[in-house]
Amino acid sequence: MRQLVQELLQGNRRALARLISLVENDDKRKAEVLPELYRHTGKAYVIGITGSPGSGKSSLVDRLLESVRRDELTAGVIAVDPSSPFTGGAILGDRIRMQEHALDPGVFIRSMGTRGNLGGLSRATREAIQIFDAFGMDLVMVETVGVGQSEVDIVKYADTTVVVLTPAGGDSVQTIKAGIMEIGDIFVVNKADYPGTERTVAELNAMLDMKGAEDWRAPVLPTVAVRGEGVDRLWEAVLRHRELLESSGRLQAVRRERARQELADQLEHLVKSWIWEKIRARVPYEEMVEKIMARSMDPYSGAYRLLEEIDFPLPQ
Amino acid sequence: MREKRIRVLIAKPGLDGHDRGAKVVARALRDAGMEVIYTGLHQTPEQVVEAALQEDVDVVGLSILSGAHMTLVPRVRELLRENQAGEIPVLVGGIIPEEDARELKEKGYADAIFTPGSSLEAIVACVRDLAGSK
Repeated sequence: MRQLVQELLQGNRRALARLISLVENDDKRKAEVLPELYRHTGKAYVIGITGSPGSGKSSLVDRLLESVRRDELTAGVIAVDPSSPFTGGAILGDRIRMQEHALDPGVFIRSMGTRGNLGGLSRATREAIQIFDAFGMDLVMVETVGVGQSEVDIVKYADTTVVVLTPAGGDSVQTIKAGIMEIGDIFVVNKADYPGTERTVAELNAMLDMKGAEDWRAPVLPTVAVRGEGVDRLWEAVLRHRELLESSGRLQAVRRERARQELADQLEHLVKSWIWEKIRARVPYEEMVEKIMARSMDPYSGAYRLLEEIDFPLPQ
Repeated sequence: MREKRIRVLIAKPGLDGHDRGAKVVARALRDAGMEVIYTGLHQTPEQVVEAALQEDVDVVGLSILSGAHMTLVPRVRELLRENQAGEIPVLVGGIIPEEDARELKEKGYADAIFTPGSSLEAIVACVRDLAGSK
């Protein structure tokens, strides 16, 4: 494991790929690796790209990478696609739209399946970002389907969050506003060659204006990703947002909050894993489930009973 | 907890546009609980190998119906070796004449070859087998 870390820090791409697998699989050996890497992190700028399925996120990332490379920056991409809740399998097809950079040594694309567990995905994404960061990537782009809690979670690790919508007669704004309006630093109306674009842009602007005065008003940018239209303006907006975060001291504040969150998550994760390990080893958990089913026990006292069984020092 | 999943690259190197077979196989592997990285049509061997490395796959699956398998498959294997990834098993599906199949396997370019009429069950079992042997 030590050697893998050394190789990563020397810029070995195979080591990079292997370490990402390690965190994806929640492999125990990652505990040897992540503390070692952490001091090499904190340099990469993280861009989250979220939006409904089919809104063109992958194409947009592909085009954004052109701007990124033109500015002589390197980038790691994490493309998340849903796993089947039934089999756990997944077809990860984001690479199809990211062919332009398939052989570019300054770009590294990694597809991830959600594997059914939101907490797990969120942790794996965060750790994969750290690995890209330690590897020395200037940017990390995280692309996820923008429906539900997992995305809102992942966005916690992004410095700039881009929300991608499509015209769709304005209805898309309705479906997406819960939770998503708050997280967007930049809104993109992609496929802007379709009818309804102006209306969608106007509706978004109206909603954003209701948020009141802030030092950053999220811009709403029309793009046609497949033709590269509007992508330069999007990249400029990302850079402007970054500049504002850095000059206002907000980036520090955001990252302090993230450090606080990481510490709390790690603490909870450790305690939880420890408790489950003990319970699995010692306690007839399934028997208790049956008792609860039969109403001869309730889950409230059951949980206390379990903790007693593993000698967890509960306060009286 | 997140457990390990078998990751398979399904790639179509070369110039033929017949991706039905590749897609059917990709779906079967997904339904068997695997993660399938699908890269689309017209890949060069260089692109295939780079994707295999970045995605850290357990098995590389190549679908070739163009007749260029005697060039493409050895090239993919060579590039994998050049990138210290020669141990990743390569499975080939497509229209491969028997003597070519034998040669590709004997020379160590391909670990398994499936021709039209192969059952999906056999392919899934083979991928699982190859992933385990890596």
